[in-house]
Amino acid sequence: MTNQYALYLGCTVPVRGMNYEMSARKVAERLGIELVDVEGFSCCGFPAKPLDWQAGLLMAARNLALAEAQGLDVLTLCSACTGTLTEANHRLKEDAQLRAWANEQLSDLGRAYKGTVRVRHLARMLYEEVGVERLRETITLSADGSHLLADFGFAPHYGCHYLKPSHLYDGFDDPENPQTLDRLIEATGARVVRYEDEGQCCGGGILGFDEETALLLTKQKLDHVTAAGADALVLICPFCAIMYEANQRRVEKLYETSYKLPVLYYPQILGLAMGFSLEEMGIKLNRVKPRKLIERVSESASQRVSDEV
Amino acid sequence: MSDEETIIDVSTFDPHFRDEIAAEPGGEHIRRCYSCSTCTAGCPVAGVTDKYNPRRIIHMALLGMREQVLTSEFVWLCSVCYTCYERCPQDVRIPELMNAVRNIAVREGHIPSTFTVQMEKLREHGRLYEIDDYENERRAEYDLPPIHEEKTAVHQILDRTCPETCAEEADKKHPEEAS
Repeated sequence: MTNQYALYLGCTVPVRGMNYEMSARKVAERLGIELVDVEGFSCCGFPAKPLDWQAGLLMAARNLALAEAQGLDVLTLCSACTGTLTEANHRLKEDAQLRAWANEQLSDLGRAYKGTVRVRHLARMLYEEVGVERLRETITLSADGSHLLADFGFAPHYGCHYLKPSHLYDGFDDPENPQTLDRLIEATGARVVRYEDEGQCCGGGILGFDEETALLLTKQKLDHVTAAGADALVLICPFCAIMYEANQRRVEKLYETSYKLPVLYYPQILGLAMGFSLEEMGIKLNRVKPRKLIERVSESASQRVSDEV
Repeated sequence: MSDEETIIDVSTFDPHFRDEIAAEPGGEHIRRCYSCSTCTAGCPVAGVTDKYNPRRIIHMALLGMREQVLTSEFVWLCSVCYTCYERCPQDVRIPELMNAVRNIAVREGHIPSTFTVQMEKLREHGRLYEIDDYENERRAEYDLPPIHEEKTAVHQILDRTCPETCAEEADKKHPEEAS
């Protein structure tokens, strides 16, 4: 297992997903994985690709080259970044002519792409490199032997670019019937809640162009997850979180409905199950307050304090 | 019963449009499409709006409806979720095909304003969201390390790959935007 990665944050996480970043860093540290902050990372290139594929590819190649210079594999939190960097890595590794062109361009920026590093999403790394069994061992049990999250049912949202196109991801999960996030949720002691149309896209890709259509997609998932009675939607991409959490009030207003559905990043629930505090997991930054979760964690923390006294 | 305005004159079609798309990275497999509609049947966007129908767009492109496709809003409505990419029996790679068509449209000046705004952000900050002292102070409150914008390298990349097409001032012909 590699225990050192270049942490690639992308554009959205460090500004709008600090709770994701905080929890990912803490959880990694607990697991003995060193996340290295690399100076000079930029946007991955995802927004440039529809306008000019060469621009998108070079931006991705430059970021990969920066990680290569440190001799580190890349750990991503955003699924769109994962897709963009992984695709660029594949294309440049496979196509010598394209690689030569990219290197010609990069040399003027003082960079070189060699094709020596891997790109891994946090969830895939946890599933493949750490493994569900080892994660289970890190979970703290209450004094009575119960799991902190035993009474919680979470609806998994895999998102699109974590799984697809599947040929980029060596078939590590099934795009039509994915399992990895389910297993990761179960490792925390919580239950997985099934709901209608789980593979539905968040709509984030078209939010800027056609908000009405994008929010219709968002609404469908909020409807389905709420109908299934989940305590929260658990996800692994900052843009999906923007759609389901930051835009939840907007959907509620537009369609005169109410969800109040908490949206949590996977490392937040993993970290809480490991015994980290609400504060350490950045729960304060979750816009839709996960009330039941906050109560449960506070209760358990005060229990622990009184036990110690 | 047809409205005169909706009647299409096939002599206006460009029979080479399919070759033009096939020559663009991502568009290579366009000629494989046999219009089975697997893409549209599973498309989340087509599921909520009639404005987007991937099968129809590919069919229009194959027929040579170059102007209609390049100036349309619908090529920008693919959410790039890759559902169709996984399911297409002919491996047409539709999201990549949509990006190939978008690249051609952009070179001809058809670019939605939301994308030019994003490109301006990339030029100015090297990222979609600015990170300055204010953002870094907030990050420090949560015990997160500061981040420094990398604008020069991104600016250089954009200048050499798409100096005009991706710049705001080059944009004169917006496709009709949906919202």
